[in-house]
Amino acid sequence: MTTRSESSRPRTLAEKVWDDHLVVKGEDGSPDLLYIDLHLVHEVTSPQAFDGLRLAGRPVRRPDLTIATEDHNTPTLDIDKPIADLTSRTQIDTLRKNAAEFGIRLHSLGDVEQGIVHVVGPQLGLTMPGITVVCGDSHTSTHGAFGAMAFGIGTSEVEHVLATQTLPLKPFKTMAITVEGTLRPGVTAKDIILAVIAKIGTGGGQGYVLEYRGSAIRSLSMDGRMTVCNMSIEAGARAGMVAPDQTTYDYLEGRAHAPKGADWDAAVEYWNTLATDDDAAFDAEVFLDANELEPFVTWGTNPGQGVSLSESIPDPSLIIDPNERASAERALEYMDLEAGTPLKDVHVDAVFMGSCTNSRIEDLRAFASIIKGQKKADGVRVMVVPGSARVRIEAEAEGIDKIVTEFGAEWRFAGCSMCLGMNPDQLAPGERCASTSNRNFEGRQGKGGRTHLVSPLVAAATAIRGTLSSPWDLENAGVPSAPEGVHA
Amino acid sequence: MEKVSTVTGVAMPLKRSNVDTDQIIPAVFLKRVTKTGFDDALFYAWRQDPEFVLNRPEFTGARILFAGSDFGTGSSREHAVWALRDYGFDAVLSPRFGDIFRGNSGKQGLLTGEISEDAMEKIWAIIDARPGIEASIDLVAKTARIGDLTVPFEIDDYTRWRLLEGLDDIGLTLRDEAQITQFEGRRESWRPRTLPVQQVAGE
Repeated sequence: MTTRSESSRPRTLAEKVWDDHLVVKGEDGSPDLLYIDLHLVHEVTSPQAFDGLRLAGRPVRRPDLTIATEDHNTPTLDIDKPIADLTSRTQIDTLRKNAAEFGIRLHSLGDVEQGIVHVVGPQLGLTMPGITVVCGDSHTSTHGAFGAMAFGIGTSEVEHVLATQTLPLKPFKTMAITVEGTLRPGVTAKDIILAVIAKIGTGGGQGYVLEYRGSAIRSLSMDGRMTVCNMSIEAGARAGMVAPDQTTYDYLEGRAHAPKGADWDAAVEYWNTLATDDDAAFDAEVFLDANELEPFVTWGTNPGQGVSLSESIPDPSLIIDPNERASAERALEYMDLEAGTPLKDVHVDAVFMGSCTNSRIEDLRAFASIIKGQKKADGVRVMVVPGSARVRIEAEAEGIDKIVTEFGAEWRFAGCSMCLGMNPDQLAPGERCASTSNRNFEGRQGKGGRTHLVSPLVAAATAIRGTLSSPWDLENAGVPSAPEGVHA
Repeated sequence: MEKVSTVTGVAMPLKRSNVDTDQIIPAVFLKRVTKTGFDDALFYAWRQDPEFVLNRPEFTGARILFAGSDFGTGSSREHAVWALRDYGFDAVLSPRFGDIFRGNSGKQGLLTGEISEDAMEKIWAIIDARPGIEASIDLVAKTARIGDLTVPFEIDDYTRWRLLEGLDDIGLTLRDEAQITQFEGRRESWRPRTLPVQQVAGE
């Protein structure tokens, strides 16, 4: 049962979780010391942290609150063979050695629980409401979908959490992002978050914890909520959260590490107290009308440079802010796009379906629902990468792998893959990709590669037509539209 | 981090100013996965010269570096401190340091003290006369002694306190360990555990 201090002051979800993890309250401007419930580890940001422990002769304080997986460097083909790239192999080998030495559970390449760290945590039932989650990865915000406080940290902080299971943190501000209304068929969680980022900008959330609210958020599945929270960092916010509800509990109940029996009852009782109090005040509020939303796409080189797919590429000369104008001009040059071109006229060379943003089973189902029985456009490379080995197995049990291969696409093993150029899956210079990932930065998917961020449904329609397309375009072409409520 | 109150050892002169962290350790060494093993990377470019001070046998095992002004400017890489520590240095004295480097040093237990340009010239002269001579740094008294010369040095009170107490960021947090343990004692049993239950020590 909970023995937390009750506060009479109305509080937000984020403030409640913060307060319940306070080990030491900071005084005179010094940070609070917060307890960390769950620490996720991967091969890229952990080696020097473990080395630091070794140098200082410190153990990992709570191996039982720590779990590691291999994802960033791992290939998605030939996973039974040694990793070809020496630097990647060294990082993987180092993680294996460190996990063994410090007694940390590791899911290695080939293991049934291996996968992208932000897919693995929720899938095991480790991610749950009202906990704090950290990982040396900025997309840790994903786990906020459960009503957890989850954020990315640097390597020295990784070492700090390994040694102390705490982090010194300065308090944050709170921002409510309210999305009311009903999404039209073909419009998804990804379109919501891309629209939010376009609205508040890539720095709009800086210093805030975002709380996504409103009927459109409530009607999203957990996979959809994870997609939204995942990209909070792309709006500059370290964390994004959704209050837990029956959807959350239904997802969690029965998972390997979810509470059982009396623990489950006690947990639900506590989780039901977490929602933001009716009269609690946010430091900032943003509203979005879900009824108006259309499938979204980015045209530039930051995730805030996005518009509805039915629009044309914006004219930088109409942008008033000189910095944004210069950024848009530079982006169009890098992307090799002309202002005024309808986005639907833009041809792609590749489609990437995957990443911690959109690689869960519902994402794959949504993608498969569009491509089923179709053939991909000529000359377009289509890669489908499940977020975890389990997602891959689940998808294969449903026949999604066959739909993918019959479509002419590649069905891969789990990992971060083409989301970032750290493994063999990369764009060639100049190649243009419709990608379900989270960052369209210059060179992110490979040196000189050009990225358009899209939803799984848009990725699927684009793979069929070879130009940026939404499921609505397929309907016009006589292809059935996405089923009602898909991915919603 | 170990407590530091005095450092005694062979004094090495580095008669150059504006030694940036790219000179202390080039970027090519940043791909490594360790915090240690950077001793061979320290001053990598300059070491190719057999006459460079690091290659002179009389300074073998040096623990204290007496460097020219503006030591450790430029890139924020923590590797610069790791390389100096790996080589065996426990203290660097210079008339002035790069800010980030000085901050990083404090976190890794490397003592950095500021002495006057005039004092540095005298110290270099003493080392030139007796290469391999030992120096002694007294952090409590904030003085450096070499031969018959004793000079004061400056270090900020917070860094000095942390070095004397042997506290890095983690060490500082662990001063509150009793409160962490207390907090763990009242954590609810429904909260996540990554290991199978039988492997977990009771809370």
